[in-house]
Amino acid sequence: MSKFLEVKNLSVSFPTEDGVVLAANDISYSVDLGETLAIVGESGSGKSVTNLAVMGLHNPQRTQITGQAFINLESGPVDVISAPTEVVRRMRGKTMSMIFQDPMSALHPYYSVGDQIAEAWGLYNSGSKRDGFARAKEMLDLVGIPDVDKRVNEFPHQFSGGMRQRVMIAMALVNNPSLLIADEPTTALDVTVQSQILQLLGGLQKEFNMAIILITHDLGVVAEVADRVCVMYGGRIVENASIDETFYNPLQPYTVGLLNSIPRVDKLGSHRLSAIPGQPPSLINLPRGCAFEPRCQFASSVAGNLCKTTNPNLDEKSTDHFARCHLSTTQLHQLLAKNESGAK
Amino acid sequence: MKGCDRLLKYISRRLLYTLVLMLIVSIAIYFIFDWLPIDPARLNCTKQCTPDIIEANRHRLGLDVSVMEQWWRFIQGLFHGRVYTQGAECPAPSFGYSFNRHECVTGILAEAFPITLSLALGAFIMWLSLGISLGVIAAKNKGKFLDKASSVFVLVGTSLPTFISGILIVLFVVLKFNIVNPLELGDWHNPFIDPVGWLKTFFFPCATLALAYAATYTRFTRSNVIETSSEDFIRTARAKGLSEKVILRKHTLRAALAPIVTIAGLDFAGLLGGAIITEGIFGLSGLGRLSVKAVTETYDLPIILSTTLLASAFVVVMNLIVDIAYAFIDPRVRQS
Amino acid sequence: MSENILELKGLKKHFKTTAGGFFSREKAVVKAVDGVDLTIGHGETVGLVGESGCGKTTVGRTVMKIYEPTEGAMLFDGEDITHLSRKDMKPFRSQMQMIFQDPFASLNPRHTVGTIIESSFIIHGVEPEGGRKKAIQDLLDRVGLNPEHINRFPHEFSGGQRQRIGIARALALRPKLIVADEPVSALDVSIQAQVVNLLDDLQKELGLSYLFVAHDLSVVQHISDRVVVMYLGKVMETATTESLFNSPRHPYTKALLSAVPIPDPKIERMRERIILQGDLPSPMNPPAGCVFNTRCWKTQAKCFTDVPQTVEIAPGQTIACHFPEPAN
Repeated sequence: MSKFLEVKNLSVSFPTEDGVVLAANDISYSVDLGETLAIVGESGSGKSVTNLAVMGLHNPQRTQITGQAFINLESGPVDVISAPTEVVRRMRGKTMSMIFQDPMSALHPYYSVGDQIAEAWGLYNSGSKRDGFARAKEMLDLVGIPDVDKRVNEFPHQFSGGMRQRVMIAMALVNNPSLLIADEPTTALDVTVQSQILQLLGGLQKEFNMAIILITHDLGVVAEVADRVCVMYGGRIVENASIDETFYNPLQPYTVGLLNSIPRVDKLGSHRLSAIPGQPPSLINLPRGCAFEPRCQFASSVAGNLCKTTNPNLDEKSTDHFARCHLSTTQLHQLLAKNESGAK
Repeated sequence: MKGCDRLLKYISRRLLYTLVLMLIVSIAIYFIFDWLPIDPARLNCTKQCTPDIIEANRHRLGLDVSVMEQWWRFIQGLFHGRVYTQGAECPAPSFGYSFNRHECVTGILAEAFPITLSLALGAFIMWLSLGISLGVIAAKNKGKFLDKASSVFVLVGTSLPTFISGILIVLFVVLKFNIVNPLELGDWHNPFIDPVGWLKTFFFPCATLALAYAATYTRFTRSNVIETSSEDFIRTARAKGLSEKVILRKHTLRAALAPIVTIAGLDFAGLLGGAIITEGIFGLSGLGRLSVKAVTETYDLPIILSTTLLASAFVVVMNLIVDIAYAFIDPRVRQS
Repeated sequence: MSENILELKGLKKHFKTTAGGFFSREKAVVKAVDGVDLTIGHGETVGLVGESGCGKTTVGRTVMKIYEPTEGAMLFDGEDITHLSRKDMKPFRSQMQMIFQDPFASLNPRHTVGTIIESSFIIHGVEPEGGRKKAIQDLLDRVGLNPEHINRFPHEFSGGQRQRIGIARALALRPKLIVADEPVSALDVSIQAQVVNLLDDLQKELGLSYLFVAHDLSVVQHISDRVVVMYLGKVMETATTESLFNSPRHPYTKALLSAVPIPDPKIERMRERIILQGDLPSPMNPPAGCVFNTRCWKTQAKCFTDVPQTVEIAPGQTIACHFPEPAN
């Protein structure tokens, strides 16, 4: 069974004066209708770059993209990487949509929100401007904006941050796309507004049976909404598993470290945070071996300097649980158990 | 409507400021000319100059009263007209009387202004269309041949002064190809009666001026379009599925060109005060040449005063227009 | 030595702005901080939390005298600094330092790390024992940077390292109080923990007091001894970290905590969320009565007319609410 979106061996690189930036390296993942895939990583991990490539939003003159990304439509699969730009353009907004981190700068400051939503609608529907505005009001109402008759004529700067993100969502969903890519949609928002937006997205996903790719750095948000998780580091996927496997049985030291390093509101106590030492890697001169090796507490436990010399493959460590690490599951579990008893 | 009401209030307030500013400017001009070590009464004196004649001249020119009194008479003249000692009479609005040319200044200005307006307007349209289109082309082909070609144009346009490009155009185009009879160079043709004659006179001076301005506007447009293209809202427009053409026309240019309104308005206002060099080269008797002649040759105070006032009025009023126009373009300015 | 390093009593900071846009000249007053009481004991960390626009950053800056307070009193180590002039403030300046959110924007890109830290010594005319260079290198070492990097420029460091430079600069004059304004929110998740640990260690070593201004409740929970929750310029609840997170008594605190996602999917699935409706009202036009009345699910008539007084509902826990939540 093929899923709605299947990304296969996707790589994205940018030639720069300092060298080629390998921003996304051999990425594969898939997401089905009604499913939420979270892509987690720190800045520069390649999570946005990968999905901008799926949307076809990279400047072709300054980007090299290889690999495939199939969207399985009823009419058959389309590889959005190799398809002609015009074909991909006609899929944007209709088959796949995207919302961004900062809804203020993502909306055009000179056009009313009604104008901007109606414009998106008008691309794939024939109808007058009045029809477009009627549809815009419908959408604004759907995403929970009060007083739509007045607000449809207002400009982005007249909305609050949360309301602007709702406008973005209304615009992205105006043509009923099957895939929504949400790039850090709540990072710029306050927590109380964040939970409103996440609830809204969840509701809309059920209503329209959408596939959602949620790009985020916040593991709390992931735990709240995702079905499946891809963890990215240094331009590569280092772990790909179901939500519960990712949180309760992480099989890659970076994921383990990340989960241990974040403080939690539900766990009181002034224990020391177990921080991951060191800095994220530069994407220009990635180490030959594992990108996480310089920061990995277990690298020395692997025989023969393997972590320094060879980049591990993304292996299926247990059923449907992929991780990129030279350590076997048993070895990792032993090391983690040793750590824990050491801490006690 | 509340918004309309606020706008009217705003405009009337700004107009009041403008008026006050103009009064201050005019007083300043009177004091400056009073302070200059040149005495018009003496200049108008013949070889056998006696203190009596100078005194009579001074009286005739209206310079025998205090500076403020002179200024007050000028202001009164604007509204009521003025009568001069030798029986000359200038009806309102009177900008004074040129004793040199034995004419009312209002009439002189009325003759010179259409010429300057023709030049400024023609050049304005040329440089805007040329500068913006070249800038957009350069931005869209960033780093490629067309971009580099346009940067050569920018370099030439900004570094070649109008007194050189103007002379080159007169010598090697207008006269060489006999487009205009040298004797008729700079003759005034009313564009509504004789459009061809007008075009013959004004095309090349407008082009000379436009060349210099277009270069700046090309550079400005190019950098603004490039900058706007990397804005998040352009990425959004692309994510919506809009075609590159629509994105450029509707989304990029709208945001990139808004700031041009400001500089274009002020550049145009500046030219309305007279383009001294270009007018000089092409023999156009516009406001610029009128001022220069009044300053350097005849020391014609009423004319200098009027042209200076007029030029500053253009700038101040255009400023107001630009501010209002900008508020219409950018809703954030309008109602934030 | 006074009991508290910092005491704020009814602190107010109001800003005058133009309302109504370009064509209008109406003046408005933004009550960014409107009567804040807060104390920080010696060696204590007080977290100041709230959503954007609640005034938490303004409190921090007013304490630093970046803003002149409109009303109220500020006592530093028992001495009234509320209306001290720039000159009279100087002896206090060296005792209170600030760490900023954006470590890059707060470091002069044309100065080396050494120069940046040295400027603190120069401004206050301090000649540390063993010379400035040694003092700077000690500071770099203490915040976990290589002391040999004294001649490098800010852009040669990563975000987390820049924040360490900012911390080193703040420590140069051996301050007693550090106001940290969102010190980790611009950093990557894996770097945040490093900086939080560093702040913890420095506190233990040097007996520092922190006013930790942040929006991230998980970080605040981790680092603070006590927490102050602000909403629209007013303090909603003050309590020890334990009471506040285990038994929040103000409805806003409860809602805020409930909105913070927990990185644990099973807990998330079980959780009942209080989702507040709507947005923060404009601080230019705050609601009458209780400022939280527009979003509170317990609002009654009284909330629209009477401003709730701050009362001690449990030992060490004060709230401003007419209808507090029951204790857990």
